[in-house]
Amino acid sequence: MATPFSSQLVNLLAAFLLLLAFAMLAQRRVLTLIKMFAWQGAALAASTLIVAYSTGQHHLYFSAALTLVLKVALIPWALHRLIDRLNVRWDVETLLNIPTTMLVGIGLAIFAFALATPIAQMAGTLTRSTLGIALASVLLAFLMMIVRRKAVPQVIGFLAMENGLFFAATSATYGMPLVVELGVALDVLVGTFIFGIFFFHIREQFDSLDIRHMEKLRED
Amino acid sequence: MSGSPLTGSLFALVAWLAIAALSLLPGRDAWFARRLAFPLGALTGLVLAAFGLQAAWAPVEQMTLPLGLPDLPFHLRLDGLAGFFLTLLGAVSAGVTLYANGYFRDETPNRLTLIALQYHIFLASMALVILADDAYLFMVAWETMALSSYFLVTTDHRLPAIRSAGFLYLLIAHLGAIAILLCFGVMHGGLGDYTFSALRAAELSPFWATAAFLLAFFGFGAKAGMIPLHAWLPEAHPAAPTPVSALMSGVMLKTAIYGMVRVIYDLIGGVRWEWGLLVLTVGAGTTLFGVLYALMQHDLKRLLAYHSVENIGIILLGLGMSMVFVGFGQTAAGALGLIAALYHTLNHAVFKALLFLGAGSILHLRGLRDLNDMGGLIRTMPNTAFYFLIGALAISALPPLNGFVSEWLTFQSALQAPLLEHGVVRSLLPLFAATLALAGALTAMCFVKVYGIAFLGQVRAPRRPAQVPAAGVGQDCGGAERIGMAWLAAGCFVLGLFPASFLLMLNRICVALLGRGLPEGALESSWLWLVPTSAAQASYSPVIFLAVIVAVTGLTFLLVRRFYHGRVRYAPPWDCGYPEQTARMQDTADAFGQPIRHVFGPLYLMKRHVPAPDDPAPRYSLKIEDRHWYLLYLPVARLAEYVSAKIGLLQRGRISIYLLYSFLTLIALLVFVR
Repeated sequence: MATPFSSQLVNLLAAFLLLLAFAMLAQRRVLTLIKMFAWQGAALAASTLIVAYSTGQHHLYFSAALTLVLKVALIPWALHRLIDRLNVRWDVETLLNIPTTMLVGIGLAIFAFALATPIAQMAGTLTRSTLGIALASVLLAFLMMIVRRKAVPQVIGFLAMENGLFFAATSATYGMPLVVELGVALDVLVGTFIFGIFFFHIREQFDSLDIRHMEKLRED
Repeated sequence: MSGSPLTGSLFALVAWLAIAALSLLPGRDAWFARRLAFPLGALTGLVLAAFGLQAAWAPVEQMTLPLGLPDLPFHLRLDGLAGFFLTLLGAVSAGVTLYANGYFRDETPNRLTLIALQYHIFLASMALVILADDAYLFMVAWETMALSSYFLVTTDHRLPAIRSAGFLYLLIAHLGAIAILLCFGVMHGGLGDYTFSALRAAELSPFWATAAFLLAFFGFGAKAGMIPLHAWLPEAHPAAPTPVSALMSGVMLKTAIYGMVRVIYDLIGGVRWEWGLLVLTVGAGTTLFGVLYALMQHDLKRLLAYHSVENIGIILLGLGMSMVFVGFGQTAAGALGLIAALYHTLNHAVFKALLFLGAGSILHLRGLRDLNDMGGLIRTMPNTAFYFLIGALAISALPPLNGFVSEWLTFQSALQAPLLEHGVVRSLLPLFAATLALAGALTAMCFVKVYGIAFLGQVRAPRRPAQVPAAGVGQDCGGAERIGMAWLAAGCFVLGLFPASFLLMLNRICVALLGRGLPEGALESSWLWLVPTSAAQASYSPVIFLAVIVAVTGLTFLLVRRFYHGRVRYAPPWDCGYPEQTARMQDTADAFGQPIRHVFGPLYLMKRHVPAPDDPAPRYSLKIEDRHWYLLYLPVARLAEYVSAKIGLLQRGRISIYLLYSFLTLIALLVFVR
């Protein structure tokens, strides 16, 4: 059933995903960051849908729908509310300047591709060429978590990492079993809420969401 | 009582657990824990001892319990060795538990409930250690034993000294447990099956067998209290309530000996003489060190704790000789050494528990733990004094009591040295025997000191006001305590007077472990004569000894009373003819040990304060410290602190840095996996 066209479509969406990952790394505004996260979710849902259609794996439809609802609608909405309530719409500072971050990110992407090539050759799936991209977006999201100084972008980085993992799962093995996916999706949702609650507490404690303040918690 | 020994022992074990659970019953004044828990526990101990005794003669039994993790059920096995140790556990704990019923009488309900709970869980876990037939259950029981005894040691956890003693105990117990765990890991050889039958079947290369032996020796040795891992004993035993110290010293240390015999002889197998030489060396060091430090103590429970160290050394000497002989192929002589070690294990359990109980009565009723404050106790506590005397005679290895038999057997084992082909080892064995002889003499001296200072002489005025329970002044121990001590004292006599039947029972264990037992000549031992090798070489009859002692004593008494002057003269003790004598003129515990302190001076770390001649208020003070603290424990503690300070540098308190750590780890792993 594998047609070159659907394969190309998935590749296109994968490229879009990687592009968005780099864009998020470079983005200073929280609102735009959330928007990009939603777009990433949309790309993910679309690619899952295409894989589901072209391979006839029915459970992937559910995954796609779940991704759409959760990552395009629910979590971005929750994050919007959160930054409204916390009043943290301003620009975010980074620990490293943006160009350096981008250079490190490129290095990571190359590393991810080098890593994925031998694995991709073993996998016989339609989407095997996208494994490197998936790995790269995981690493880039991780990098984003490291270099951001505020808590909200860190959480977005965490969620983006999960996107990358999900994409890796779809591209390497046509997705995890549905039960696992449901569980992971639920975890992400709950995690978001817990983070939200923590933000309020952190702000109450330190009057700021700057995680530098948490250094005080260290034992001397 | 019908049913196989294994089901019976299991029943006893469950009964202990049930008593532990029932002790938690709410009720006015914790009535169950106060009235029933300990007598029932003692009864269960007797039942267990009976089943153990039966198992020592019955064929091996096995059982799989549908408990534990999925695919990892608990295996139980009861063979002669386990039966022997169950007998030890049941019989000794019966006496101690009965004593505990009286000892804990004055506790508050809350504390009593907890003590009864932990106490019976402790007993049950020891039984489970002995019954376990897979490494998994063994470790579970072993750790339960360590934890329950830890909580018992720290019963008075409000005192910082007791908390730190408990911590030290827990630390060394866990070091040992790690070594035992690693030992099981080495033995199983990658098959994934941790039942003892699989471990028994596994063939180990000499290197790995030696590694397993070293780990087992270290791990069980830490629990048994061999040097240099003994440091917890003199701290934890005085800290614990007395019945608990009696159980720990009497029984818990013996589970370590059980583990050692089980793992080294049964599971690893193929004993090598080099191992035996190591055990002998450590054993000799432990014996000598234990008794020399015991002589310097003036805290009675600490002194007894050091004697436990010494006796563990004696047991190790027996084990080591056995291993040397077995390693050289002299199985019959090896069996004799093993029998000596096992018999001493049983004997030490009985008399050391008895001695601890006696010390506990003094502590409980008089509030005294320092020998320098005691004196003349024989007049106000005649019962305690009587039972303590029996224990003291037994530990000093005087015939016809039990301590003599096992030490004599150990000597007999050493006398088999000419059988060995290796000249160096052959000449070394008598040296170890000499160590044992020295230790025996010093032990006798130490107990002359204890008994003379504490029970004889004049009453001393305590330097500090002692905290005595109001009811205790001028009283001797109560009924339950007396029965408990009488039971153990009777044990000293039975084990001393009729060793031959126990010899045959232990011989059966040796046949199971080593393939063959004592030579034919030894099996002719009857109730009257104990023959370890052959009647031509050596034999010993405790009954005749006793008869001679009784006859000579009776005759002397008769002669003095009837045919000599017959008068009884009452005079102050030790007064050497001085008209005026105060308690301060008496020999003190410190003074009694002075010659030994002088001879073995370099072994001790002494801090002595000798007052100047013109001092108006002279006060002599002496503090003896264990050199191991400064040579081993403190450097290790400093190293651990240094390393953790360096590792603490990793903790920067910044999330970004923490994320970076995991990121770098991830990248490194990914690179590595490629």
